[in-house]
This record gives sequence, structure tokens and C-alpha cells, in this order.
Amino acid sequence: MPVKRVQSMLDVSGINAFYGQAQILDDVSFSVQAGEVVALLGRNGAGKSTTMKTMMGMVKSTAGDVTFMGSSIKNLPSHTICQKGLGYVPEERRIFTELTVMENLEVGKQDERDGAPLWTPEKLFELFPNLGEMKNRPGGQMSGGEQQMLSIARTLMGNPSAILLDEPSEGIAPVIVEQMAFTISALKKEGLAVLLSEQNLHFAKLVSDRAVIVEKGSVRYQGTIRELEEHPEIRDAYLAV
Amino acid sequence: MGFYLAQFLTGLASASSLFLVASGLSIIFGVTRIVNFAHGSFFMLGAYLAYTFVELMPHGILGFWGSVIAASLAVGLIGVLLEITLFRRIYKAPELFQLVATFGVVLVIQDLALWIWGAEDLFGPRAPGLEGAVRILGEPIPQYDLALIVLGPAVLLGVWLLFNKTRWGTLVRAATQDREMVSALGVNQSRLFTSVFFVGSTLAGLGGAVQLPREAASLLMDLNVIGEAFVVVVIGGMGSVPGAFLASVLIGELNAFGILVFPEITLVLAFLVMAVVLIVRPWGLLGRPDAVLRGASGPPEEPLRLFTPLSRNLILGLVGLLIVAPFIADEFTVVLLTDILIFTLFAVSLHFIMGPGGLVSFGHAAYFGLGAYGAALMVKYLGIGMISGLVVAPVVAGIGALIFGWFCVRLSGVYLAMLTLAAAQITWSIAFQWQDVTGGDDGILGIWPAEWASDKMTYYYLTLLLVFGGIYFIRRVVYAPFGFALRAGRDSALRVEAIGINLKTQQWMAFVLAGVFAGIAGGLYVYSKGSIFPDELAISRSVDGLVMVLLGGIQSLLGPIIGALSFTLLEDLVTRLDYWRIIFGGVILFIVVIAPEGLAGFARKLLPDRLTGKTEEEARS
Repeated sequence: MPVKRVQSMLDVSGINAFYGQAQILDDVSFSVQAGEVVALLGRNGAGKSTTMKTMMGMVKSTAGDVTFMGSSIKNLPSHTICQKGLGYVPEERRIFTELTVMENLEVGKQDERDGAPLWTPEKLFELFPNLGEMKNRPGGQMSGGEQQMLSIARTLMGNPSAILLDEPSEGIAPVIVEQMAFTISALKKEGLAVLLSEQNLHFAKLVSDRAVIVEKGSVRYQGTIRELEEHPEIRDAYLAV
Repeated sequence: MGFYLAQFLTGLASASSLFLVASGLSIIFGVTRIVNFAHGSFFMLGAYLAYTFVELMPHGILGFWGSVIAASLAVGLIGVLLEITLFRRIYKAPELFQLVATFGVVLVIQDLALWIWGAEDLFGPRAPGLEGAVRILGEPIPQYDLALIVLGPAVLLGVWLLFNKTRWGTLVRAATQDREMVSALGVNQSRLFTSVFFVGSTLAGLGGAVQLPREAASLLMDLNVIGEAFVVVVIGGMGSVPGAFLASVLIGELNAFGILVFPEITLVLAFLVMAVVLIVRPWGLLGRPDAVLRGASGPPEEPLRLFTPLSRNLILGLVGLLIVAPFIADEFTVVLLTDILIFTLFAVSLHFIMGPGGLVSFGHAAYFGLGAYGAALMVKYLGIGMISGLVVAPVVAGIGALIFGWFCVRLSGVYLAMLTLAAAQITWSIAFQWQDVTGGDDGILGIWPAEWASDKMTYYYLTLLLVFGGIYFIRRVVYAPFGFALRAGRDSALRVEAIGINLKTQQWMAFVLAGVFAGIAGGLYVYSKGSIFPDELAISRSVDGLVMVLLGGIQSLLGPIIGALSFTLLEDLVTRLDYWRIIFGGVILFIVVIAPEGLAGFARKLLPDRLTGKTEEEARS
């Protein structure tokens, strides 16, 4: 019997991205294993969001490849990528402000997927008790933290195997940031792979197994969180403190 | 008392039919952001198809209503077909492209309808079982009107349930706000949009089909209804179905009672109400402030290009050719050249406000017509001479632009475009309905040039002088500090405001300037034709201007010149044919889909840089 090669859940290899003439990503490569939380670190404008958007097919890549669970998803339509089990929580949350909490969840709902945890509104309300108390509130009338929770819950309704979280701790109260760390640990326990983009090193250290640092559209460092802690000069060179 | 009640019920019945059309338009706009002129064609097809189905099916109640439903569904399928083949290619295009493309569809469908059903109006049957009238307070009210009064709210309820109680409706409402996000959550946008088009077109078809017992199916139905439908959608708030209902009732009643009080200006009333609503509530009665629509913006505007020595010489050569043309061409060609020159100035003035100005105007014919009517009325009532007439024309157009522009620059995007359209419709309605003064449909005749300019050749030179003067002036303005501020404001309103430029005032002045030059074109036009009719102010004249700008391409100052030239030549060529609309519409669609950067842009791709020039940026580096 042929030996099955161990594959990463998510594999980004050598992708490029342009906005008009300006090159935003240059030869970005990294991977995320099943059940692993990887932090994509970098300053504002380093290319973190664009990396995620490229993985989701929202920005087209002219080079390299993105594979998810063994098959290429590069430049596929976003909805196809999502249907394969890759969830995306955008920065600024992008809640449907006119829709209620329940309706927002309904938009994210997908069929059950083999090998991925199944989420229902009830199960999500256990994870995010606040949301359960405001099922019929329009998204526009929620606080930033509540919207962030809703945005994650909405994506989980698609029963993803892996999830991209774009700056989940940005612009929310410290107490909610703690809850967010707890949430990410809970997702990891459910077996999800998580790619997390962050400027906040402290938050990333709480929840991540590994770190990938990007600067000016290129990967400058990859290693475990512990290695990063042992080399403060790397942190000082690429991250705002 | 009974009479007023009867009038009120008539208003409600008309409102129902209007609501069906407008709600479909609103739904399609809400999700796809396409301002769909062809929606009026869907309405017309609904009426024609219902006529055909009623003929085919067994007569009686079932046959009639079966035909109505079959016609609506057939129109829905036509909408789906158009969405898949055309509309989905232009979702990300600028408003100009979308509008012109949908107008191309209007032309094609008009000729197809002419070919299938003929030019005669087709009178449908009365609805079986609802032929009679009921007496209410002594006034006879047609039973069918009562049925329509019930149908409107029933459809409103159905659409409301569809939008608020089904997964489909939830997805549609989500996509109205952020389509990219909906897609990232695993929803196939294309399929969603196609289904939205189906629902919207079906409603338009239903509106047309139920109108059949009240109004003969005719080839004029499409543009007649679309103006009112736009008004309703804008008053109600784009994308809001309950808003469309409210506005339909408002407009229906306004028409029913307005005709008693001001029979001369019923058409104006609707547009006046719309203008007032847009000023007080810029997003309509039940609309919500336009959320920033994500994932929908077009490519950024390219910088303008400077002339190269070669292209400058070519232009000088062209000018020279135009100067000697009357000596080598026959009189017919000279007249055609005069037309081309006049429309070139019209197109350049429209391009100025749309390209460098960044304000989408769907009603530029208003200023062309104001100029023409201003001069013609002065000649008719005051007997002024040609030179005074040519001075009056831009002044009147400029004053019109000053008034309308003040309102228009307060809005942006599609709402701005709709308000400019409303302004044009107001001027058209006045010219059309105020018969005592403007002569109405008969127009104003006998506006001839002065003795010394009555020769075709002399008038041609006069036109050439004024048109070149105008184009040169506009070009200078674009490269003057005022033009820089304008273009900067188009690209980033916030930054321009932040460095101390009052953008609204700049845009207002640009609007007036564009109006003034359109007015000069209008003045020249009326003296070259000797007459003026309301048609020169109608939607189709505004669209002509847009097609010229589109043909030439919006990102080039030469574009409108090339556009006006090719448009006028093409029009001259095809309008002699029986089915010219289908050819014309086909050409428009071809350009929108194949060469969206216009003829000038298309040529630029093929021609060497030596000829096409550099961008300002490239020239500086």
C-alpha cells in the first residue's frame, strides 16, 4: 500500500498579489496543520489581510498556489472556497447591520460536512452567551465586541474545518479580548485549524502555537511562539511594541 | 363627495399597477445596483404576452388569469436570460455603462415587439367576471379597478413575506448590503442575482399584464412607465418594497387629483415631488443611507493623457479639413457636418461634467433643450435676432443648470443621476404640456438664422467657430486649477475638502459650465433646424449624449469628439432602415461588452504611444 503523504490542512506557497501596479504580496509561503493555531503577525499594512483575502479568492494571485485539504483553491470563487470548508472572519467584522442576529447566522449556514464539527445556533449561544440574549437584535445595534462574536459565529455556521480570523482583537474592550482568547482555544479543542492575523503580540502569544511574521508583503520569520519569545530582537524588528 | 372618492379609487388602482413595476425595479436595484431602463420593456412585454396568451387560451376567468400569470412568468424568464447573457457582465461597470447598456436592451426589445406584434395598439379583453361597475356613493367604480386595489397590497404582503420569512429573502437582504461577504460565507452570488432578476422581472411582467384590460398594449408603454417607476423607486427609497408601495400610492393619487387642479402640469408634479423628497430625505421615504457597497467599485479612473506632437498635428489636420470641407463637399454633407459639430459640443459638455467632474448626469438634454427653447421662445415672443438668440440660449441653459445643479450636487452616485433625470423630465414635461406657451407637441417653428448666415456654408462656419471655441475653452478649464480641483474632488472628495476646497461649489460651477455649453449647442441646433420639439429634451436625447460619451470612452478628452462623430454618422446611416433600433441597440451592447473603454480607449490599446500620448504622470517623469 502506498504511504499517504502527510499533508498540511492549509498550504500557501509562493503567492503574489497586486492592487493595480502596486505589489502587495511577494512570494508568501507558510502552512497550517490540522488543529493548529497559527498567528500571522505584522504591522499595519504588512499584507496580513491581503494574504487572507487571497486565500479566500477575493484578491487574485498571479503566482504560487494555495491548497486546502489537499486540493488547490487558488483563485476559485469565494463561495466555492467556503463550501470546501474554509471559513473567513473579515477585519471590521462586516456584520449585516440590517439583519438580526439570527438572520446573520442564517446567511452563514451551510450543510453538514464530514470530519468537521457541526454548529447550530444553540451550540453557538453556549460559546457566545451574549448573542443568545439578543437573537432578534439588528446587527447595527450591537457593540463592537458583540459584532465580533457574531461575525465568528456566523462563519462557524458554515461548519468549517479551518478558519481565517482577521484581527479579531482589534478595537474591542480588553475584557472581550480575553473572551476571544477563550473562544479560539475552544475552536482549537473542536479540532479546527485557525489562522489568526494580529498586531497584538500579547494576544497572539496567549492562543497560538506558531507565528509567521510578514513585513512589506514577504514572510520574514516563521517559528514557534516559544522561539519568538526567546528572540526579542525579531519582535523588535518586525512588530510594533 | 362621491366624485372625489371615485377619483381616489382610480388613483389607488393606478398605484397598484405602478407598484408592481416599481417594486420589481427596486428589488433589482437594491441587490445589483443596476439602474435598469429595460424594466419598462419588461412591463411592455408583460402586456403584449398577456394579449397573446389570452388569444390562445380558452376564454373565461381561468383563461384570463392563467394568461396573466403565464405572461408574468415568461417575462421573468426573459429577465433571467438577459441577466445571464448581459447584465452579469456589467455589475462592476460604472453607472454610465449600465444605463446605456439597459437602454440598448430597450431599443432591441422595442423592435422585436414591433416585429412580433406590429405597430398597431392592441386592445386586450376586459377581465371576465369583472366587466361591470359598482356604484359607490352614486359613482360607478369599475370592478376591475377594485380588483387591482386589492392586488397591490396582496403582492406587497407576498413580497414582504418572501423577503423576511425565507432563507432566500435573508440572503438577498444581506447581499444588498455586502455582496462580497455573502459570497465569502458560501453563497453563490451569480445564482442569487439571477433569481433576484427573475422575481423583479416577473413583477414588471405582472404589472404590464394586469394593465391590459385598462390600457391597450403599445410600443410606447416601456418609456412611459419607466419614468414614473424611477420616480416611485427614488421617492420610496431604492431597494425598499414598502417604500415603493407608499410612493406608488402617493404618485397615483397625485396624478388622480392633480389632473383636477393643474391639468397642464400633471407630469411635472411627480418629478417635483421627487426632487423635494430627495432634498429633504436624500435616500427616499423608507430608504436607508447608502451603505458603502463593498466589492462593487469599478477600476480607478486613468489619468488624462497629454497630446503628442504627432497627435497634435493630426488634430490640426482635422481642423484644416473641416475648414475646407464646404468647398469640396455637397450641401447635404455640410448640413450633416453642422449636426456633427453641434452634437460634438453637446457631448463634450456632458463629458466634462461626467469625466473630469465625476458627476453622472442622466438628464443633460435638459440644458441642450433649455438653450434651444430659450432662443426659440425669445424669437417667437420678442422677435429678437439670431445673435441675441445665440446669447440667450446659454444664459437660459446656465440659469437652468444653476437651479437644478444646486440640488443635484448635494447628492451623489445613482441618486444624483436620478435627480438629473428628474430635472430633465421636468423641463420636458413643461415643454410638452404647457401648450399655450411652448406649443406642446407641435413645437416652435420658423426659427431661422439671420439673413447673412442663412446660407448653409456660412452657418456651418459660424457653428465651427463656436464649437471649436467651446471645446478649446473646456479643454483649458480641465487643465486649469479649477479643473485640477474638480478632478481631485472626483478621486477623493474627503481629501479635497480637507485641503480647504469647497467641493460642492466647484461641482456646482462645473455643472453650470456644462449646462452653458450644452445651451450653446442647443441654440445652434434650433437655428440650424428652424424648429424645436419636446423630443430634444426627452430621455432618449439624454441617452444619445451618454452613448456619444460612451462610444468615445470617458477617460479621454478626445473621446466625446470621436463619440459624437461616430454616433451621428451611425444614426444618419441606420435610422433610414426599418428596424434601426435593433441595430443601434445591438451596437451599443456590443460596445459595452466588447470595448468598455470606448472607441478612443479601444484604439489606444491598438495604436502606438507616439500617437496616443502619455499620461500627465508619465510626461512629468
